[in-house]
Amino acid sequence: MVMEKVVYQRPESLTDTVTHYCPGCTHGVAHRLVAEVLDEMGIREKTIGVAPVGCSVFAYNYFNHDYVEAAHGRAPAMATGIKRVRPQNTVYTYQGDGDLASIGMAEIVHAAIRGENITVIFINNAIYGMTGGQMAPTTLAGMKTTSSPLGRDVELTGYPVKMAEMLSTIDGAGYIVRRSLHNPVNIRKAKKAIRKAFETQERGLGFAMVELLSSCPTNWKITPQEALDFIENSMLPVYPLGDYKVHPELAGLRV
Amino acid sequence: MPIRGRIEVNQLHCKGCELCVMACPQDVMALDMEHLTPKGYHPAQLVAEGCTGCAICAIVCPDAAITVYRETPQKTRATA
Amino acid sequence: MTKQLLKGNEAFAEAAIRAGVEGFFGYPITPSTEFLEYMSRRMPELGRAFVQAESEVAAINMVYGAACTGKRVMTASSSPGISLMSEGISYIAGTEVPVVIVNVMRGGPGLGNIAPSQGDYFQMTKGGGHGDYFPIVLAPASVQEAIDYITLAFDLAEKYRSIVHIVVDGNIGQMMEPAELPPMRKIPKEAPEWAVTGAKGREPNILTSIYIDPVDEEVVNIRLLKRWLEIEKNEVRYKEYALDDAEIAVIGFGTAGRVASSAVRAAREEGIKVGLFRPISLSPFPKKQIEEISKRVRRILVVEMNSGMMLEDVKRVVQGRVPVEFYGRMGGVTPFPDEILDEIRRVDSNTADVADLEREQWLDRLEARIAGGK
Repeated sequence: MVMEKVVYQRPESLTDTVTHYCPGCTHGVAHRLVAEVLDEMGIREKTIGVAPVGCSVFAYNYFNHDYVEAAHGRAPAMATGIKRVRPQNTVYTYQGDGDLASIGMAEIVHAAIRGENITVIFINNAIYGMTGGQMAPTTLAGMKTTSSPLGRDVELTGYPVKMAEMLSTIDGAGYIVRRSLHNPVNIRKAKKAIRKAFETQERGLGFAMVELLSSCPTNWKITPQEALDFIENSMLPVYPLGDYKVHPELAGLRV
Repeated sequence: MPIRGRIEVNQLHCKGCELCVMACPQDVMALDMEHLTPKGYHPAQLVAEGCTGCAICAIVCPDAAITVYRETPQKTRATA
Repeated sequence: MTKQLLKGNEAFAEAAIRAGVEGFFGYPITPSTEFLEYMSRRMPELGRAFVQAESEVAAINMVYGAACTGKRVMTASSSPGISLMSEGISYIAGTEVPVVIVNVMRGGPGLGNIAPSQGDYFQMTKGGGHGDYFPIVLAPASVQEAIDYITLAFDLAEKYRSIVHIVVDGNIGQMMEPAELPPMRKIPKEAPEWAVTGAKGREPNILTSIYIDPVDEEVVNIRLLKRWLEIEKNEVRYKEYALDDAEIAVIGFGTAGRVASSAVRAAREEGIKVGLFRPISLSPFPKKQIEEISKRVRRILVVEMNSGMMLEDVKRVVQGRVPVEFYGRMGGVTPFPDEILDEIRRVDSNTADVADLEREQWLDRLEARIAGGK
């Protein structure tokens, strides 16, 4: 008789709800990785998520744990409120680039400054997805969007903002890294980073953020595979992957 | 003998994005152009022998739609 | 407990602590800052959460998050700060979580000044934030009343899963008065069943203000409205003075009502049959009570520290039964009892029709008074 084992199955921390994400959108990969990490750490039942406004506004429908839905950009403030009155819970925000790097810039920076013991999953896909593909603060120079139809003119609209680099200068930050979701090797690395970002919180080492370069095939107007190639060829040079700040107590942590 | 595996693709979750097809190192996956999922997508499926159960397809799947199984070699109990 | 000499803002903060507040999130703004300062010392002392946020926007969203855990939480601010909080206030209303917000009102619009005002009447009572919701608004007129109503505010907020605004002005926030604080309330161990606490052994709780299907949103609107109608039925609060035989009714809330009470007493000594009605719940508005009064008196004088905001609510209730006159000071100016006494005398002898010109007539009198250097 042939015996077989399950090598991979849908994590318990995801509900059975089909996501509204477009085919090939790597939001789903990021969701899956967070869910896998919560499963592996055994913390699903004490975790409270904070959803943003943006494509992942309905994240709370897809995760099988307590969730609240924030106002646009305010997720880090909301997470602060939750974590301060219930420090025994694991609290994370899941935010896109419009939410975190535009309207919510003050909230994310000050959550880091206060060294809030929260975990932030930051999806950088260089565009506003939910509203239909407008320019984001993370949009690449020259990139065409519905609100930069001739390509982003950095002289008029500024340069792409590098959140990981910026937040890594803040003393209250315990773990700040950038990863990418464009191929299996990088997805594995992204998962380890997410694990470390939650471990940062469990150890009380301060603010943790994983910036994930993510695809938006629909608004980039290319196929899902081409979108992954775009991350590799066009986003990586602007947004270098790496560990921008790692608390010394995490340095030796193997996950 | 090479390690053998298989996959099950959840027809509710699969959106036919083809990322698994492109990522499969054995090149044994393709979209099933004969069928549509309840949501109206052509689902991914195994189309040839050679799946090793490496789970690369599941790692790239944005919809956690793929369950991966791998055969385990049978240990034969040593007799005295 | 005995009475102590207490400073407004600090007494309110201590009252909130004794009511069991477990999280305070705020941003410094005059004339409410002592509230935050007091909390910054007292909350950590008791092992409770205090954060000085980077802005009022962040502060209210911290309150929002903390409220989702089912704990008693609050903020205190002043007019411009409340404007910044309006976004979060709407989300809190839409998510149906209990929150207490103290507004120590100041002169405006814009940056205005830091002097006492009641110019936020519309902002507070009519919502302030976007969308279909109704906040409870309580307007105490003394340090003791504020202490009592802050305690009550938490109970009401929880009972109705509603926002409760406490509106005072800089006078009450800054004054020192003898008052008595309530005993320390025990913090409940159990969270309400709707709260986010971690889905241990239960289905996940989701707290959101999104109902993407209009039909679902309407269900929420209906629920909120029904709850509001209950509140209107049960939670009207007010104080009356010398109204039994009154022919003139003065209506004023908060500091304006308190100043008016001195004027009413003085007018009584002169033999004018005048009484005072002081709404404490500005929302729900004491409609029935004012309607009843309008059936008994000859004339009504509304006194406010704004341009005549509650005046509009009074007129809607009175429906032209008797003339409604107005006297207000704006911009952070508090009227003197003498000013109101003059007004009571004038209203008592006035038999002319007001014909919806009460604001124009008042402005003429006010400008004459200002020109006269009074």
